[in-house]
Amino acid sequence: MDVSLDLLVNAIVSGLLLGGFYAAVSIGVAISFGMLDIVNIAHPAFILLGSYVAYFANSVLGMDPILAAAIALPAFYLLGMAVYQVYYVAFERRNDQSLRSLAFFFGLLFITEVGLVLAFGVDYRLVEARYIGPSLHFGIIDLPLRLLVPFLVAAAMVVGLQVFLSRSFLGRAIQAVAQDQLALRLMAADPIRIKRIAFGLSFATAAVAGAILIIVQPVEPSIGREYIGRVFAICVLGGLGSFTGMAIAAIILGIVESLTSTFFGPSWAPAVAFGVLLVTLAVRPSGLMGR
Amino acid sequence: MRATPFILVLIAVAAAIFGIARWLDNSYAFFAGYVVVQYIVLGTAWNILGGYTGYVNFGITAFFALGAYSSVVLHKLVPTLPLPIMIVVGGAIAGLVGLGTGYLTLRLRGVFFSIATLALAVVVQTLITNWDFVGGARGAYVLRPRTAPLIGGDYMQYLFLIMLGLGVIVLATARAIERSSLGVGFAAIRDDEAAAEASGVPTLKLKLVATTLSGGFMGMAGAPLPFYVTYLDPASGFSLNYAVNAIAMPLIGGTSSWLGPVIGAVLVGGLQEYLRVTISSAVNVLVAGVLMVVFVIVAPHGIVGLFQRKR
Repeated sequence: MDVSLDLLVNAIVSGLLLGGFYAAVSIGVAISFGMLDIVNIAHPAFILLGSYVAYFANSVLGMDPILAAAIALPAFYLLGMAVYQVYYVAFERRNDQSLRSLAFFFGLLFITEVGLVLAFGVDYRLVEARYIGPSLHFGIIDLPLRLLVPFLVAAAMVVGLQVFLSRSFLGRAIQAVAQDQLALRLMAADPIRIKRIAFGLSFATAAVAGAILIIVQPVEPSIGREYIGRVFAICVLGGLGSFTGMAIAAIILGIVESLTSTFFGPSWAPAVAFGVLLVTLAVRPSGLMGR
Repeated sequence: MRATPFILVLIAVAAAIFGIARWLDNSYAFFAGYVVVQYIVLGTAWNILGGYTGYVNFGITAFFALGAYSSVVLHKLVPTLPLPIMIVVGGAIAGLVGLGTGYLTLRLRGVFFSIATLALAVVVQTLITNWDFVGGARGAYVLRPRTAPLIGGDYMQYLFLIMLGLGVIVLATARAIERSSLGVGFAAIRDDEAAAEASGVPTLKLKLVATTLSGGFMGMAGAPLPFYVTYLDPASGFSLNYAVNAIAMPLIGGTSSWLGPVIGAVLVGGLQEYLRVTISSAVNVLVAGVLMVVFVIVAPHGIVGLFQRKR
C-alpha cells in the first residue's frame, strides 16, 4: 500500500480531533460507570436524543446546535436525576444491581432508539452551521472545522468537569461516594443525593455530546449502538474513575480508528473498538490509569 | 416428572400444535407460529446463561446472525444441503464464538462480559457487512424450496416443524440442566460466585459450558432464518428486536425455570403479532422493551414469580 506522508499526518491529526470528541461522548459513562458503578449502557442512546434535540432546534428554529445543547442541558440533568431515582428505588435499595438493572438500561436504550425512529424516521439527519464546511490549512495539515469545533467544546467540557470534581466540595463528594459511602455519611453528606446529582451531570454531558456528534457526522437512531462499544472500550482502557486516563484512551482510539478508516476503509472502523476492548480486558483489565 | 416422560409430553404438545396449525390450513398461522417458537428457543437459550448463572448476554444478534449467515454460506456452497445439517453447523459456529468470548472475558466482573457481548454484536455485523460473498451490505437472497421435504405441503410448514423440534430440544436441555448438578453449580455462581469458587465449584468451566450452550442454541435458532425471510441483509439480521425480545421474554416470564421464557415468549410474541396486525408494525416492537422495563421494576421474578409462594 502506498503510504504518503501527508495522508498519514492528516489521519493522525483528524484522529486526535476525533479522540477529543470521543472523550466528550465517554465522559458521561466515566462518571456513571467509573465513579458511581452504574452500568448505564443506555448512555449512547441519550447522546442521540441530544443529537435530535440539536437537529430539531437547528432545522426548525435555525438555532446553533451547540447553543441548543446549552439550553437543553438542564432538562437532561433533570432527566438523569429522575432515571437515577427509579434506579435507586428499583435496584440499588433492593441490593439487586446485576441482571435486572442491566436489563433496565437495555430497555431504556431500546425505547429511546425506537422512540427516535417513530419521531424522526430512519433517515440520516444533519445540522447546518457556518463552521461545518470550511477547513483551516497549516502546510500539509488540514484542520476541518467540523472536527475542530467539537474538539474544543469537548476539551472545555472535560477540563471543566475535571476541575469541578477535584476542586469543589460537591465534586469531591462525588469522587468519595465511589469509594466509601459510610465515610461520606459521617461527613454529613447524603450519598443518595450526591449520586443523584452525579448521575444528572452524566446525563447533562449527553446533551453536549449529542450536539457535537451531529456536527461531526450525520446521525440516524441506531448509530448509538456503535458508540456503546467505543465508549466502554475507552472507559475500560483509560481505567475506571480516571478522567485523564479516559481522555488519553479516547485519543488513542480516535487515532487508531482514523488510521484504520484511512488505510482500510471506514466500514472497518467500528471493529477497532472491540479489538481494543478485548485486548484490554484480556491483558490489563484495570486500564492505563486504573485505581 | 422424570426426563423421558417430560420429553414425550413436549413432543406431544409440539405435535398437537403442528396438527392444529395444519388443520387451520392458514399460512399466516405457520408464519406467526414460527416467530413465537423461534422466540421460545432464543429466550430459553439466553436464559441458560442469563437466568441460571446471572451473566447477561447482550450480543444475541451476533450468535443468531452467525447461525443465519452460516446457512447463507452453506446454501451457496451446497444448495441441496438439508436444513437440519445447516442448523447443526450454525449452532456449532455460534457455540465456538460463545466459548471464545467467554474465555476472554468471563474471568472478570460480570458487567465486562455484558459489555463485550454488546461490542461483539457490532463487530460481527461489521465483518458480515464487509464480506461480499454473503452479499455485504446489500444483503443476500435465498430461494425457499417450493414444497416441504418429507411432510409435503408448503415449505413454511417444514420450517415451522423444524423450529418446533428445536424448541423441544432446547426446553428438554434447559430442564435437564435445572435438575442436574450443572444447574446447582450455575445457581451457586448466580447467588455468590466467590463463595461458590471457594467451595470448590469450577466456576470458569461451568460459565464456559453455559456460554457455549447458550450461544450454540441461539445460532441454531438463527440457522433457518434465511429461508423464512428469503432476503437477509445485515440491518435485519442484526436487528435489535431479536436481542430485546430474547432478553425481555425470560425476564417477563421469570428467569428461574424453563417455564418462564415459554410464558414470556407466548404472551409477548402473541401480543406483538396481534399488534402488528391490528395497529402497526412500528408500535409492536416497542411493546417488549416497555414491558421489560416495567417488569424488572415491578415484578423482578416475572410471571412465574408471581405465582410462587414467597420463600
